Amino acid sequence: MERYEVKLSGSGGQGLILAGMILAEAAALYDGKNAVQTQSYGPESRGGSSSSIVIISNQDIDYPKATKVDVLLALTQESVNKYAGDIKDGGILIVDEETVKDIPAGKYKIYKLPVIATARTQVGKVIVANIVALGLIAGLIELVSIDAIKKALFTRIPKGTEELNFRALEAGINLAKEAHLTVDPNLECISY
Amino acid sequence: MEKEKFLQGNEAFAEGALYAGCNFFAGYPISPSSEIAEYMAYELPRRKGVFIEMEDEIASMGAVIGASLAGAKAMTATSGPGFSLKQEHIGFACITEVPCVIVDVMRGGPSTGTPTGPAQGDVMQARWGTHGDHPAVAIAPSTVEECFYEAVRAFNISEKYRNPVILLIDEVVGHMREKIRIPKPGEIEIINRRRPNEAYDDYLPYKPDLGGVPNIANFGTGYRFHITGLSHDWSGFPTNDPKRIGELIQRLTKKVEKGEDEILRWEEFMLEDAETAVVAYGSVARSAKFAVKCARNAGKKVGLLKLITIWPFPVKPLKRLAEHARKVIIPEMNLGQIVLEVERVIGGKADVIPINRVDTELISPDEILVKL
Amino acid sequence: MAFDYSKYLRNDKMPHIWCPGCGNGIAMKSLIRAIDALGYKKEETVIISGIGCSGRISGYLDFNTLHTTHGRPLTFATGIKLANPKLNVIVVSGDGDCAAIGGNHFIHACRRNIDITLIIFNNYIYGMTGGQHSPTTPSGSYSTTTPHRNIDPQFDLSKLAIGAGATFVARETTYNIFALDKVVIEAFKHKGFSVVEVMVGCPIYYGRKNGFKSAFSLLDWQRKNAIRMERAQSMKPEELEGKFTTGILHRREVPEYTQLYYTLTESFEKSVDKVSMERE
Repeated sequence: MERYEVKLSGSGGQGLILAGMILAEAAALYDGKNAVQTQSYGPESRGGSSSSIVIISNQDIDYPKATKVDVLLALTQESVNKYAGDIKDGGILIVDEETVKDIPAGKYKIYKLPVIATARTQVGKVIVANIVALGLIAGLIELVSIDAIKKALFTRIPKGTEELNFRALEAGINLAKEAHLTVDPNLECISY
Repeated sequence: MEKEKFLQGNEAFAEGALYAGCNFFAGYPISPSSEIAEYMAYELPRRKGVFIEMEDEIASMGAVIGASLAGAKAMTATSGPGFSLKQEHIGFACITEVPCVIVDVMRGGPSTGTPTGPAQGDVMQARWGTHGDHPAVAIAPSTVEECFYEAVRAFNISEKYRNPVILLIDEVVGHMREKIRIPKPGEIEIINRRRPNEAYDDYLPYKPDLGGVPNIANFGTGYRFHITGLSHDWSGFPTNDPKRIGELIQRLTKKVEKGEDEILRWEEFMLEDAETAVVAYGSVARSAKFAVKCARNAGKKVGLLKLITIWPFPVKPLKRLAEHARKVIIPEMNLGQIVLEVERVIGGKADVIPINRVDTELISPDEILVKL
Repeated sequence: MAFDYSKYLRNDKMPHIWCPGCGNGIAMKSLIRAIDALGYKKEETVIISGIGCSGRISGYLDFNTLHTTHGRPLTFATGIKLANPKLNVIVVSGDGDCAAIGGNHFIHACRRNIDITLIIFNNYIYGMTGGQHSPTTPSGSYSTTTPHRNIDPQFDLSKLAIGAGATFVARETTYNIFALDKVVIEAFKHKGFSVVEVMVGCPIYYGRKNGFKSAFSLLDWQRKNAIRMERAQSMKPEELEGKFTTGILHRREVPEYTQLYYTLTESFEKSVDKVSMERE
């Protein structure tokens, strides 16, 4: 497997850097792959734009940033506007159906899903939307084992929050199972 | 105990410092270096070491020098604006020959600049930031693993040559996470400063010993002496004698020059037959390696010289590649700093082509590839 | 029998550079007598100074001495004391060194309460650079940078130290050396950060420009204007105008920083690695 690039984007405080870190750590420490995670964020620890880039490969990873992303997760309209153009042809765009209204045209598969709503209603806490997103990405790309993700998740979350986070992860995985493409992937260009 | 960890560059540096025996950290919060302070704040008290958050950047550097004089292996970490403030005391550590390690996680400048964006704009400041002639040792890792190993090397060099060692980690490397293997204790040699063995009464703290490095005692070990930032003679007391002043300043620079075989580190990649060579350091060296691999796949004779030590400047490998390369490309996240050294060493034997970026985005492989 | 200062001085560094009539020598002798009284070992005592006339003291005293940068001796002292709490750590700093360029270090050292004694030589002026006004130059005085008269308000260093949280603050003059000796000894004995503000006269750069004809007239000024704290308490504010209080102005017992720190580290049962302080 050559470079596989995942970008998780949204606003500061949504926990996407942590989600990217867990995905990369799972691949690197527990699945025997190479993984690099980098981030791009504003000086604010809350608000502002924030993104986490995970590169997974069986080979050495030199350039640590995104070239053409295989999967883009966007939890804000701003982030989808900013990064949709980076998705490679035939790649995947996952957007939150509450926060993203306009999806830019492009040659990618689109999943418009209730990521934040699932965290809020099904899991019960909106702050675990990042872990729902993690489960969702893991379920969709099937590149990093769920077992590895669980191991990495366990070491990275505060004690006492395991049950909540594992429920969020499962909810994300289920979301992936039920997910269907919002728009036909065979379409060359999609515009709304 | 050998273990694998998935760490940030900043965290790996902290792990490396602890491995090297660092037992004192003084610092001041600043992005994007704070993870180093936070890591040390957690670990040092658990290991009977000292962590202290000081009132400002200058104070942190003062405390580091004080602790080192009392025998600790001491370090601080900062970023651009703080690095500027620390220069006064970096000069003090140079002239008083106090071992210490300073990390500068480079962000966009000048001034407050872009606190969370990467840059390589502090290269010349690491060389000439403090006033007066002085030796400089600066290291720029490009992987998380290098952050660990270069931390150990930084302490070793600093202890052996009794000079501050500066780590220029750019924000990309500082915040990048990769898997690293933490070596077992004893796997890497740890060097500690030499102690004097003269009688207390005959002791001259600044008398040059091995390699021109004096064996200055730690405070509280039975010796009694004076340390000053004024130009001094072997006794440690100020002197106005031009001969003694000249000897001191020359010796400071020469002791580091004499150690270049040990201090300098670089990596050569596909350079044997390269007609075009890229010279890069820090995170940009990763983009460069990616670009070189792509160009090789396309049949082009290209190679990479990755600088790990940047001060003193590694002249030798550059002279070697200039024997066959017709074109040397220098990508940097600044408007041209190391390129000046490259031009000096190449001396017109090859075309020197800079690639510069100062918008706090990492130079991409594509930008390098088009020049290959 | 006369006190033998020579055993605490680097006699080969004499004569010192302080001007005739300078109060620094009087304050230095008091410091020596206090060290002698407490029996501090030279090898276990570190004296740290900054830049300026007061900064030169580290070259004259025969201990472990560190002559640092301008305004920052307290930062070095902090590192030394934390790395080796067994050392007696004494800092000497001037009014410009301590209250202007080093003001931030001063207030935070007061707040932190590390067992260090700070002796401030307050002569109201930057002497080494030729008589510029400092933060303690009285309003209305003249200096080379206030040739038309100083309009800056004056810093009260002892009040500043108390406000910043110092646990021992005393002020004395070079006129009353018996009282000075006592407070320096008390400051050394105090477990925590202690400050002694010593009023020292600068006859050359402060005195000459401000109507003090000799070093003696400066001492006489100290005699007339120093009010013992006990007496000041029963005086009206208007009676205290232009005067300063002396004695131990403030003292409280609070846990000392390095003790708190090492109590914290000892709470971790086992040392995680082989890292330990090099104390020899």
